[in-house]
Amino acid sequence: MMRELIEELFLPALKGECACLGSDDSAVLSLAEFSGGRLALTTDTYVVSPVFFPGGNIGDLAVNGTVNDLSMAGARPLYLTAGFVVEEGFPVADLAKILDSMKKAADRADVMIVAGDTKVVEHGKADGIFINTAGAGMVPAGLDITARGLKPGDVLIVSGTIGDHGMAVLSKREGLDFESDIKSDSAPLNGLVADMIAAGDINALRDPTRGGLASTLVEFASESGVGIVIDESSLPVREPVRGACEILGLDPLYVANEGKLVASVPRAAAKTVLAAMRKNAVGRESTIIGEVVAEPAGKVLMKTIIGGTRLVDMLSGEQLPRIC
Amino acid sequence: MKHVDEYRDSALARVLVDGIRQVADRPFKFMEVCGSHTVAIFKSGIRDLLPRNISLISGPGCPVCVTSVEDIDKAAAIAGMDGVVLATFGDMVRVPGSRVSLQKAKADGADVRVVYSPFDALKLAQSDPSRKVVFLAAGFETTSPAVAATLGRAIEAGVKNFLLLSVHKTIPGAMRALLDTPELGLDGFICPGHVSTIIGTAPYRFIADEYRRAAVVSGFEPLDILQSTLMLIEQIREGRPSVEIQYRRAVSEEGNPVARGVLGRYFEASDANWRGIGVIPGSGLKLKTEYAAYDAERVLDIKIGESRETRGCICGMVLKGIKNPPECRLFGKACTPETPVGACMVSFEGSCAAYYKYGAR
Repeated sequence: MMRELIEELFLPALKGECACLGSDDSAVLSLAEFSGGRLALTTDTYVVSPVFFPGGNIGDLAVNGTVNDLSMAGARPLYLTAGFVVEEGFPVADLAKILDSMKKAADRADVMIVAGDTKVVEHGKADGIFINTAGAGMVPAGLDITARGLKPGDVLIVSGTIGDHGMAVLSKREGLDFESDIKSDSAPLNGLVADMIAAGDINALRDPTRGGLASTLVEFASESGVGIVIDESSLPVREPVRGACEILGLDPLYVANEGKLVASVPRAAAKTVLAAMRKNAVGRESTIIGEVVAEPAGKVLMKTIIGGTRLVDMLSGEQLPRIC
Repeated sequence: MKHVDEYRDSALARVLVDGIRQVADRPFKFMEVCGSHTVAIFKSGIRDLLPRNISLISGPGCPVCVTSVEDIDKAAAIAGMDGVVLATFGDMVRVPGSRVSLQKAKADGADVRVVYSPFDALKLAQSDPSRKVVFLAAGFETTSPAVAATLGRAIEAGVKNFLLLSVHKTIPGAMRALLDTPELGLDGFICPGHVSTIIGTAPYRFIADEYRRAAVVSGFEPLDILQSTLMLIEQIREGRPSVEIQYRRAVSEEGNPVARGVLGRYFEASDANWRGIGVIPGSGLKLKTEYAAYDAERVLDIKIGESRETRGCICGMVLKGIKNPPECRLFGKACTPETPVGACMVSFEGSCAAYYKYGAR
């Protein structure tokens, strides 16, 4: 059964030009052409519920998420591995759809899935399907991008609208089903990052996934020991996302994204980097949202729409729809 | 976004703030009773814009925060019973009881489910008739009619395994208790907007008639709150304390008689124990005797030990507006949103959580 599943479903779906995804126990890859660079490695496990949501599914999410984690270190993503935990009774047709979208996402991001593993567990021991992807990429020599690189005087750029992914998933969650045309923004960001690096200096990059933009900014401020001031009126949020957040009492600043990044860029480079971002399809709506200041160190402040100022804090726990 | 952006216009906000500055010739102290107002005030940075002599203090209008330790203890005891499921709204599971929160009770094996609506709790009961589903119903007049309607639905459908543990509270009684707290020295109330859509303005009249204090029912957008503040100051300066409605687009004098009718069919007023404040006569809702078969307190044999509030926590004084959260020695240290000690830190709408989250530390 397992052998059939692998031979008839997984291998044909995921196998690309790489000859290594097959019966050998390890993929053996050459990194000779990247001499002088550094290897970036990452791993992440995806457990989204529901598995299919407007704009994507757990498969492309698992590819894009790991591609993006590599990209945020300035690495060029090269190879992924994929591990599957599938609950007994999970529809084979759904599995095929997920594998197909993984292959498409890998092709889009120009990475290869070179090794995989599948386990089927008893009904009730998993929630449909869990996917782990690990990724390897190369950081070109001389490039050093971390979340600790913010410097006072930098400007902060976000690569598009916030909150789309989290609200798309929430809109289909059991018990909260609501009609909307909100789609997940799940997308690979390596192409965008390459364009940015070519355009000018980047001091820090991060993709604001779980916990949203607010959590990323707070991490930026505390890890770099700087202050951040953002302007509420400059935050890009799509109308349906704003509307759904208003109704549910959620703050788009804390809602997850899966195809966006925040960059801290020296003011002198901001114009050229922003222009390069806007030329890329996934960065068309890039915009400046604030700046890095020396004080108060470790804090994120927001100028509100009506002209007040308040602190932006990390989200604790999950945002819950309000009682009244 | 239409119907939202108009109420967040920065130019109009400046006009209102200037207006307040011009008339505020002495210190004024107003309480926003409702937790949603507290959050809106912090989130929009209103406190930062108002002149220093206007203080807005947070009141007891967060249903999660005012749920007593004893009621959480009862819910935890129910959740631990065989063949019983306890369902409630998300925030409630984190409120500390004497010994455990519902979250901890769940981790210890009790069956606690988070639902988004009382109807979901009823569905849970219908899907498994072999178990009793107890809905821990917290909330003010905004949500209690929906719970009453759910009970109506359960009775119609002949569902026998759906029970309510009502810890509902009503707002006006608490406001009277606050006016009777002399050290508070309030000039008036920003009255809750959503509660007022149900109860209208009549229940607030005593504020102006008996206590000669100002009252304005306010909306939740920044301009609503600024305009309400201006209206409160003008009432006082002109010596005409009254109950005015700023939130005209949602609230009428008569409120919602249909919702009150549904509520009154199943519930009647009872004394209620407010966390940190104590028992306020007539400020709760319990099921009428003819619906005793749906009342968890009458159907189940609930045994709890002596309930005690956490030592060092000043939630009671915070809920009454006597102290600000940063005056508590636990605030931001032992008590944070990650590890809440007091209920005001649990709910997103609690005063302590708002102070912590939006930086008034």
